[in-house]
Amino acid sequence: MSSSTRTLVSDADLNRGRGRVIYRIVLAVMAILFVAVFFFPLYWMITGAVKSPVELAQPVPTLFPHSWHPETFADAWQKLDIGHFLLNTAYYAVGGWLIQIIVDVAAAYALSKLRPVFGGVVLGGMLASLMLPAAALLVPSYLTVSDVPVIGVNLLNTPWALWLPGAANAFNIYVLKRFFDQIPDDLLDAASIDGAGRFRMLWNVVLPLSRPVLAVVSIFAIIGSWKDFLWPLLVLQDPQAQTFSVALSRLAFTGYVTQNEMFAGLAIASIPMVIIFMIFQRSILNGLSAGALKG
Amino acid sequence: MTITATRPGRVTARTAGAGRRPGRLRRKLADNLQAYAFLTAGLLCFAVFSWYPLVRGIVLSFQQDNFVTDPIWVGLDNYRAVLSDPLFLTAWKNTFEFTGLALLFGYAIPFVLALVINEFRHAKGFFRFAVYLPVMLPPIVSVLLWKYFYDPGSGLFNSLLSSVGLPTSQWTQSPKMAMISLVLVSTWANMGGTAIMYLAGLSTIPGELYEAAELDGASVWQRIRHVTIPQMRFLMLVLLLLQIIATMQVFIEPYQLTGTTSPDTITVMILIYRYAFTVNNDFGLAAAMSVLLFVVLAAFSALYLRLTRKAD
Repeated sequence: MSSSTRTLVSDADLNRGRGRVIYRIVLAVMAILFVAVFFFPLYWMITGAVKSPVELAQPVPTLFPHSWHPETFADAWQKLDIGHFLLNTAYYAVGGWLIQIIVDVAAAYALSKLRPVFGGVVLGGMLASLMLPAAALLVPSYLTVSDVPVIGVNLLNTPWALWLPGAANAFNIYVLKRFFDQIPDDLLDAASIDGAGRFRMLWNVVLPLSRPVLAVVSIFAIIGSWKDFLWPLLVLQDPQAQTFSVALSRLAFTGYVTQNEMFAGLAIASIPMVIIFMIFQRSILNGLSAGALKG
Repeated sequence: MTITATRPGRVTARTAGAGRRPGRLRRKLADNLQAYAFLTAGLLCFAVFSWYPLVRGIVLSFQQDNFVTDPIWVGLDNYRAVLSDPLFLTAWKNTFEFTGLALLFGYAIPFVLALVINEFRHAKGFFRFAVYLPVMLPPIVSVLLWKYFYDPGSGLFNSLLSSVGLPTSQWTQSPKMAMISLVLVSTWANMGGTAIMYLAGLSTIPGELYEAAELDGASVWQRIRHVTIPQMRFLMLVLLLLQIIATMQVFIEPYQLTGTTSPDTITVMILIYRYAFTVNNDFGLAAAMSVLLFVVLAAFSALYLRLTRKAD
């Protein structure tokens, strides 16, 4: 394997006698450590689910399940009503993603390419919300959602309680605008001479060029809503409307399911995100890295 | 994808006819109307769900509101009540303790890990995948999983400890270990993001700097001190601020693992939650506490934004 740039320790040092031995040892130790710390808990969760409750409670833990009870997964699915809550969560995530993309792309496009008067003020106001920690706005946001000003609607226990506040995402607008800014205006001018309106320019010119940034924004939007806990806990108190995170939290407090059933439930709830990670690993990690480097 | 040429200027479809003044004005008006049509949805969402709650929160902290009759202005009463709550200091102390411990584990350890992984010529992808995997899990999964691990009776940790003859612990149920237990889960679940960002930073350090340092006879340790850390200083500062802001808002770990009543782990967020939704049902108190939290966090946020905007 070739590494393109040199790092702290040179290739030569790592390939020579003692360096080579130390390198091999450190590599092996780190690999074992990572497997133990990051994979083993998940292994324990999955194997714990197929063990019998008695085996799971044994004072001396068993590395491999002695008894196999894959039916625990079916029991957990039924008892925890996981299908229902996963469906809720997926519905909230996909709907929230769509609304976020539509609202934020339109706003970023207007601010980047149409540049209306007071555009700078609007952008500043939006970016200022990045300074507001979500936690500090929790209570007034809850009250707002429970009685939306002017129209006086109560959004609690409806998807809109997640979707509309989620659309006010300054970070998305900032990232999208920065990307749109790089698209040469000449391209839009050319389209406009061909008679394209503002919407056609967005649809036919800007969006096709913006696929990479749209992909990253989309993935992080989906992950974000899948992981969200505190806000759904407050605005979705009706058990039927809850996400699986909130429902699992509630069911865990009741002691209604056994440990192996809970492990099965947790394993099932993890699967969608693990699959997304395996498919989009590059986009996710590179998106994160790009974010770190740009600040 | 790369886009090279950029040219400042607006989208102009203006053709020859734009010379006459009334026409130009009307054109400009139409342009602006169209632009604001695209902005409407975003503006509404921000106005209703971001700007308005900010004002509402501040106003509410000076009011008593039962949401039936008109709210009453109570001046600083809410603040007085919050400040004299014996849990006030407890909550701040616990929050700072959590943040401090989380920095110790979740800020320093990923740096060391990233430093080592960056030297690997093999299996880098595996390490990146492994460290980030817990970050992908929904927090409730990590927290509930660890809750079983921490079980003093049959939990994995005590089983492992006693099977090798080490003393066991009461973990979340022990006043001394409770906070550390919360920090451990939180670190496990979140440090992947920090590690990946450190790795990104490390990969941008020019190799010539290490080359030159080595030619000058600098040892590995000296290279870390005089090349790596100075080169990473900016990213380290940014991550430090981000992590302080994030960990001071800790909620799910104490909420699920130790509950909202245990004084050992009541954090500021838990206290706000109690004021508003469980113990007091008093949104005025919760709003006052939120404003105080906001003031503290805003200082860090402002610093963060200044740093990152300057670097732009």
